[in-house]
Amino acid sequence: MRLTRRDAIAVLAGLGVVGGGAVAVDQFDPPTAETAETGETGDGGGDGALSATVTATMTAAAAVVYPSQTEGVADFVETYVVGRARDESRRDAMRDAALELDAIARDWYGDDFADLSADDRDSLLRELGVAAADPVADGTVSERIRFHVVNELLYAFYASPTGGRLVGIENPIGHAGGTESYQRATMLEDDAGRVERAERAGDAEDVEGSEADE
Amino acid sequence: MSNPAESDRTPAEIDRMPAEIDRTPVEDADVCVVGAGPAGGIVAHRLAESGASVVVLEAGPRFDGDRQEQLEQHLRPGLDDPWGMGGPRDEFTSSGDSFYPLNAARVKGVGGSTLHWQGMVMRLHERDFELDSRHGVGADWPISYDDLRPFYAEAERELGVAGAMDNPYAPPREEPHPLPAFPPSHSDSIFAEACERLGIDMHSVPNARNSEPYDGRSPCVGYGTCKPVCPSGAKYTAESHVEKAESAGARVIDRARVRRLEHDSTGERVVAATYTTPDGETHRQTADQFVLGCGGVENVRLLLLSESEQYPDGLANSSGLVGRYLMDHLFAGMGGRLDRPTRQNHVGFNTSETHQFYDDAEPVNGLKLEFLNYAGPSPVIGALHADTWGDDLLGQLKADYGTHVAMGALVEQLPDEDNYVTIDPETTDDLGDPVPAVHWSIDDQTKAALERANEIQRTVLEELGVDVEWAVGPDNTGPAFHHMGTTRMGDDPESSVVNAECRTHDLQNLWIAGSSVFPTGGAMNPTLTIAALAVRLSQSVKQRVRN
Repeated sequence: MRLTRRDAIAVLAGLGVVGGGAVAVDQFDPPTAETAETGETGDGGGDGALSATVTATMTAAAAVVYPSQTEGVADFVETYVVGRARDESRRDAMRDAALELDAIARDWYGDDFADLSADDRDSLLRELGVAAADPVADGTVSERIRFHVVNELLYAFYASPTGGRLVGIENPIGHAGGTESYQRATMLEDDAGRVERAERAGDAEDVEGSEADE
Repeated sequence: MSNPAESDRTPAEIDRMPAEIDRTPVEDADVCVVGAGPAGGIVAHRLAESGASVVVLEAGPRFDGDRQEQLEQHLRPGLDDPWGMGGPRDEFTSSGDSFYPLNAARVKGVGGSTLHWQGMVMRLHERDFELDSRHGVGADWPISYDDLRPFYAEAERELGVAGAMDNPYAPPREEPHPLPAFPPSHSDSIFAEACERLGIDMHSVPNARNSEPYDGRSPCVGYGTCKPVCPSGAKYTAESHVEKAESAGARVIDRARVRRLEHDSTGERVVAATYTTPDGETHRQTADQFVLGCGGVENVRLLLLSESEQYPDGLANSSGLVGRYLMDHLFAGMGGRLDRPTRQNHVGFNTSETHQFYDDAEPVNGLKLEFLNYAGPSPVIGALHADTWGDDLLGQLKADYGTHVAMGALVEQLPDEDNYVTIDPETTDDLGDPVPAVHWSIDDQTKAALERANEIQRTVLEELGVDVEWAVGPDNTGPAFHHMGTTRMGDDPESSVVNAECRTHDLQNLWIAGSSVFPTGGAMNPTLTIAALAVRLSQSVKQRVRN
């Protein structure tokens, strides 16, 4: 089962993230002296390594919380995370939670979270109590990681058409499409309708193009 | 020190507020409407359109912009209530045998409770208007179905109702619904097999939800989250009438919490509504006519808070019945699993129901049955609450989704003077005003009707071969969030609060719009009747303004 960027776009469209200009991976950069003065972020002037850390951590977490048969995780997560970064408060909290998780990985396991084995990543999250934690945006570290990392990723996956299809529903609640499918006895086998819906629900090209827009 | 009125708002709401909004009173207003829900919105629009100077005072905020924020708040655990209910502004107390979850039952804001409603809109049946005459229970309305019938048709056009004339048990109607009904779901087709064998007639559900473009709003695209939020705008909310009212010249002041009505020295007319705004200022809005549309609880609270030397028991309360006869609809439900896909949770509304048992005399309480399109858990929500992930989670979700079916029902609660809303002087809100106190119990007759609903549901489900896993009936029922009856309508000032025009018996220029005027509540979702009465009330007020 392969996730695509279009799956991420469909979920983002449901969250109201459509069009709106450039968003890049380095949205996650902390402000430099220069950008702090102008209030700008994500202009390419930040620490690229740190940006990579956030997306790598999120992708590595996704590889654990998504079903093992999932392919295309990296592109999907990057597209989704970059789209979410358009909400500044969400972007900062997600970045902080991911960096916190990464720091704990180095403390406990002696390596970056993204460089741990899948088993170690899974163990770390469970040892932190993230599986049982309530998702609280500004709660304890376990609650914040549950909210900003694990639940963010699970929402992206199971609200996407491909994630939904894996469970048996091609139009999971949270994005448009249910009126087309509610009368059907079974899921359609082809993906044509799904792609059409994703394009109609959001300005697909704007969103997809945004991550390369410099 | 922060302003107490600001303290109950979420940061997102405060962000949305322009820095400076003029919330001062309107001079020379003909009509002051309190509450910007469907009743207030329709009245304000109709009167403003007729040339009256109208001001609307709404306690809650405007929820401008898209609805994605509310969508996410609904789906993701750990976020605030989508409509900001439940803060110090909304304190209440509950007593009686049954807890009444008031803040789940209402929304304060422009649009009122239609912001979070599901949108089922059916007419009351003829028997609902004459329950005492026909069956010796409840009360008769001072108007008949025939009196309200043309206003129902207007209300259906106002709300944009999608429906079909396929219900053999519905009261007579003169014309088709404005929009075609949503076709039956796949899940409905499964139920149809059993209902056919049992002789139960299924028919469409009238929905205040666009099946085609209507009134500047798009058709439903199926986000599946109708209750509590429709991101596409296909579901009717009273925001559309408020918007039209403003276009017609009405002034709508949000976050204006009306705390008291003042009357003149004769005690025959209301002269002003006193309200407090987020900056802590208190203003006085004068007008020629006053229309309350704050819902079945806050209408009562405002009347009782408006006590005076002349009216020590509160305004419009010479009968002593303001707040009495609180009713709600009770939910009965049952569900389980089949051995085949049932395709649930694609849409968040129902497409089939049956009114076949509604007019039965045994039990006399009305009951209507619904075939749910959202039985069982949604995988998205299930995933976000799970205590595992990866393949374990997928396995759980697959096991939980796909084969559920369920039926729901609304059951009538007859009016009982011992169910009531009053104010609790011991508990105050953030402005220092006594909070509403709800006293509510469920009587044995209603419980018997819930049992009857369960009995029919079990018959249908067992005919289908469903392994019944859960039931909601007499012992664990809850309200359907339709509070009604607390300022009842009648011809006799000693036994009712408003007359057949919905004007209070005691004050010449004070009107009440909404379900609080219902003498009985039937078992039909109340908003279409609220809208029909609002249209009708508008005509009466319009006449007074002209005079």
